[in-house]
Amino acid sequence: MPQALVAAGVVLLLTGSFWGLFRAPGEVFMGDVQRIMYVHVPTAWNAMLALTFAFVCAVTFLLTKAWKWDNRLEAAMEMGVVLSLLLCMQGAIWAKPTWGVWWDWDPRLTTTAVMVFAFGGILALRNAVDDPVKRAVWSSVACIVAFADVPIVYFSVKWWNSLHQAQSTPATVSKAFHWPLRINAFGVLFLWAGLVALRARVAALRLGSELAPPLPQPAGTEKAPVHGGTL
Amino acid sequence: MRDLFVALRKDLLLQWRGRAQVVAIFAFGAAALLLFSFAIGPDSLALRQHAAGFLWLGLLLASTLSLAESFEREMEEQALEGLLLLPASARALYYGKAIANWGQLALLGSALVPIMVVLYDAGTLRLLSLLGVIVLGTAGLSAPGTLYAAMTSQIRGRQTLLPLLLFPLVVPVLLAAVKATSLLILGDPMGQVRPWATLLAAFAVVHWSMGGLLFDRVVED
Repeated sequence: MPQALVAAGVVLLLTGSFWGLFRAPGEVFMGDVQRIMYVHVPTAWNAMLALTFAFVCAVTFLLTKAWKWDNRLEAAMEMGVVLSLLLCMQGAIWAKPTWGVWWDWDPRLTTTAVMVFAFGGILALRNAVDDPVKRAVWSSVACIVAFADVPIVYFSVKWWNSLHQAQSTPATVSKAFHWPLRINAFGVLFLWAGLVALRARVAALRLGSELAPPLPQPAGTEKAPVHGGTL
Repeated sequence: MRDLFVALRKDLLLQWRGRAQVVAIFAFGAAALLLFSFAIGPDSLALRQHAAGFLWLGLLLASTLSLAESFEREMEEQALEGLLLLPASARALYYGKAIANWGQLALLGSALVPIMVVLYDAGTLRLLSLLGVIVLGTAGLSAPGTLYAAMTSQIRGRQTLLPLLLFPLVVPVLLAAVKATSLLILGDPMGQVRPWATLLAAFAVVHWSMGGLLFDRVVED
């Protein structure tokens, strides 16, 4: 199933990108440079989505104490960091010919960079904790704190400085650009959803070996070994 | 509430007995302020313009030392585990420590102000407002700082991890505190200090409530 999602994501991304690069008309002012929008905007949506999913995993883990949510948290957080990093890089590539600079201290750009470091730091924390229970609880707590911090960072930077153009959504771009944008958005979505499912499986296997002898068998979870189980 | 006061009293007593350490952290902050001026060069105008940023960067760097220190003492002889066995809520322990850290950071910040004034010629007559900004800003540093120090003090690589986790989180504090302090030093014709101070207060409220909610998870078991 995850493999099918990954495959569907790749196919959609190839279709959308082909359409965006060769079929859709160039933009009037920016010309071909604008075509990076077909990956940039879907990446932005999906980076947000992946980190939101990580937040949901963190909250659910703290409430249910079910290991599968910790596995998903690890996978989703890694995906969120990778997508945010990609987002910053695509933004820089687009900004150089358009704004004349690689970087600008605009709210969305700065917030994304802050997010890369905030969630990247949590991945480093996960890496440094050997006890699986502490690792799971602490990274959930840190994920919740970091996620709640994102809007404050955004608004504080917004007050501080602003230049970025308004977000591109199907409502703000010409009809001719809609389809490649939509196809790529779903392409990236399927791709990360599939990869996160696969990565969560790896996390579950590692956890299984860490907890191996003796496996905790709390009441009500007879088939605990890999995916299930609570603290 | 009584638990909170007892915990606060314990942490203040700990800080008082370890005051040599606090002085060392202050010296670290002052040294950082001295070093920042070498990075800019002896341009008194530029130094004055960046004074607020240097003050808060110095304070931020020093704060990681003082926050880490506050939990390192609890790790000796498993003191934290002993504390958690007491019939007091983890929340009271958290707020006790966070308030004690807040006090220490505010003191540290206020002590760094004269250094800034002397080195960068960046004085202000609105001393009460400056003190208010320092109190609000350090409140925003101490709440998440105490929460994260509780985690990082228990693991390897703690010297790196606390700043790595804390710095991105407190970007709004740094930003707003530097703006507000800068306006106080360089003049504030538009009356913009108040909105920045409000932002600092809002940040502090969010993180003080979140820290209290989440701390017992961090130290449980």
